[in-house]
Amino acid sequence: MFGDYSLGDLGSIFVMQGFAGLILFSVYVLMALGLAIIFGQMGVINMAHGEFMILGAYVTWMTSNLFQTYMPSLFGGYFFLAMILAFLASGALGMLVEWVLIRHLYKRPLDTLLATWGLSLMLQQAYRSVFGAREVGVELPQWMLGSLHVTDSIEVPINGVFVMCLTVLITISVAYVMYKSRWGRQVRAVVQNRIMAGAVGINTEKVDRYTYGLGCGIAGVAGSAFTMIGSTGPTSGQLYIVDTFLVVVFGGAASLLGTIASAFSISQTQSTLEFFMSGSMAKVLTLLAVVGILMLRPQGLFALKVRK
Amino acid sequence: MSDEANKGLLSPLRRKLLMGMAAVPAITMLPRASFAQAPATSAVNTTGLAVTDTEVTVGILHSATGTMAISETGSIEAEKLAIEQINAMGGVLGRKIKFIQEDGASDWPTFAEKAKKLLVNDKVAAIMGCWTSASRKAVLPVVEQYNGMLYYPTFYEGLEQSKNVIYTGQEATQQILAGLNWIAKEKGAKTFFFIGSDYIWPRTSNKIARKHVENVLKGKVVGEEYYALGSTQFNSVINKIKLTKPDVIFTDVVGGSNVAFYKQLKAAGIDLAKQPLLTISVTEDEIDGIGGENIAGAYACMKYFQSLDNPNNKAFVPAFKKAWGEKTVIGDVTQAAYLGPWLWKLTVEKAGSFDVDKIAAASPGVEFKGAPEGYVRIHENHHLWSKTRVGRAKLDGQFELIYETADLVEPDPFPKGYQ
Repeated sequence: MFGDYSLGDLGSIFVMQGFAGLILFSVYVLMALGLAIIFGQMGVINMAHGEFMILGAYVTWMTSNLFQTYMPSLFGGYFFLAMILAFLASGALGMLVEWVLIRHLYKRPLDTLLATWGLSLMLQQAYRSVFGAREVGVELPQWMLGSLHVTDSIEVPINGVFVMCLTVLITISVAYVMYKSRWGRQVRAVVQNRIMAGAVGINTEKVDRYTYGLGCGIAGVAGSAFTMIGSTGPTSGQLYIVDTFLVVVFGGAASLLGTIASAFSISQTQSTLEFFMSGSMAKVLTLLAVVGILMLRPQGLFALKVRK
Repeated sequence: MSDEANKGLLSPLRRKLLMGMAAVPAITMLPRASFAQAPATSAVNTTGLAVTDTEVTVGILHSATGTMAISETGSIEAEKLAIEQINAMGGVLGRKIKFIQEDGASDWPTFAEKAKKLLVNDKVAAIMGCWTSASRKAVLPVVEQYNGMLYYPTFYEGLEQSKNVIYTGQEATQQILAGLNWIAKEKGAKTFFFIGSDYIWPRTSNKIARKHVENVLKGKVVGEEYYALGSTQFNSVINKIKLTKPDVIFTDVVGGSNVAFYKQLKAAGIDLAKQPLLTISVTEDEIDGIGGENIAGAYACMKYFQSLDNPNNKAFVPAFKKAWGEKTVIGDVTQAAYLGPWLWKLTVEKAGSFDVDKIAAASPGVEFKGAPEGYVRIHENHHLWSKTRVGRAKLDGQFELIYETADLVEPDPFPKGYQ
């Protein structure tokens, strides 16, 4: 297939394909981070993850409308405020959900699957009733559109670079919070041994609530960022849920590093395969590879060593 | 449910307005006497349908919930508006249309079940409904078994024909061929890159398009790619497009993927003003989600655009917005759904009966001069004769009409040489 193209053409395509892979990687990490915390750390199978993301997307849409109507001069910077609001909105909803629903189910992890699935249906219908069944278009400031012109044939999408930077930033913050802060230690203590953590004076209920809220909040930021590359509608969250679980499970549920490694390997495999064959075939082969590896290594790529 | 909806819709002022606009088709198509005195129920309904001396019941069967609600909402709105307008001008054979709305919930077995309920329990005289081919395929055996009448609005892949279905949208050849001819002539296009979602409609459409490109236009298809429904990452295929440099990108990507595709195309620096792109899956409805700035310059091949400049459409668009809000947009399928109740009414009046067999037999030749798209006529194969149009997407989310076929295009659901 390369016979007809000049060396220069091929070179720039490989560079751009590399970027495509990196962007896909960032997207995967960003959407999986929230779930890695909720599913990985807390063991809650959060089927409503996609809907928390879409809440963030809707918050972004509302913020953009607000800026357009009331402060058009500041429109260029609305996205940063929108992401913060998305984090707060999804996080707050997450904490509410934890208090109403999830905290009663910690001893029955499989039931969280059903409960959160029901929650996802309710949220979808709520979005449909509030925002309408049709998709909404989130308008972006001019500077976020288009591409960076590197050379004549190499162009890098600005929104892709933006997602990459955001992913790095959020990953570092999460890693810091989880592994360096006092609160992170408490979270990990609760994960490893809830009873013992309670016995040494950690308020496990509070830790649970904030952890769940943090996971949902990050999902909200991811949703906000994805308005740049995807659609915003009541059921758009469903587009992400399968890939998200795939990344988290493949990485090894309780490991942040595993999530990143898994997002990297899945995205690179898929993006490379997509270039050489049709998109659907690439997806099939990627899934086959993941299933194969999980059969050999059921605990995922990286597993936390804990005494069971 | 239905009564409430009707009441909410019809303020006195609105009713007056509707009467005014409805009068145009009324004069041209109806002998005044036909609704001055209604024929006896026993004469017009010999098969036990839900017809009384004052009312006739039809069903509306779309997804109001679930993933397809995005697309089907417009169709529901259009059908309700048509029914309301028909009632405002006297109904059908002197009877007001009452509708029962069922929710297919984006689930194909549910569609079949609800269709059965409408036909068996409610004995509706006709069903306006279905959207995806999958839902129609699920409903088809039911309407055939219980001898119902289905008015199906969506443009679709063809390869189907039934006594019990009137297809008010375009089948594949009506939608694709004229558009390809136009772009080949206008842009001198020789090489085409196909990209679609991975299910029956894009695959069948692309098969037809490929045959046409290779055999008729003597061009070349340099790539044909399919992505699973719901895919949101298109960077790899966009790189392939950049590598192959096709004269035309031909797309039938649907749903949420659509939004992702155009946003990423724009982000990758492909300028649709310079790179011709022809889509058969983007209407004004989809642009709402995609954003006009992401798709401006692309060409769409449809039979209807909201911006069409003709007297019917000038009455239809304000009536639709009045009923459903200033911000609503009207896409190709919404208009096709609007045709359903009208075509049914005209056919019933031609047949002088609500009986399904008589309607099926009377359908060929029925013409609707009040159609927003201009003029349509039902073919012997129960599809519509209609024009193919190409529009260019503008920043504001509307299309500018660029080209239309001089004559109506004959529907050909089983095209020879294209299978």
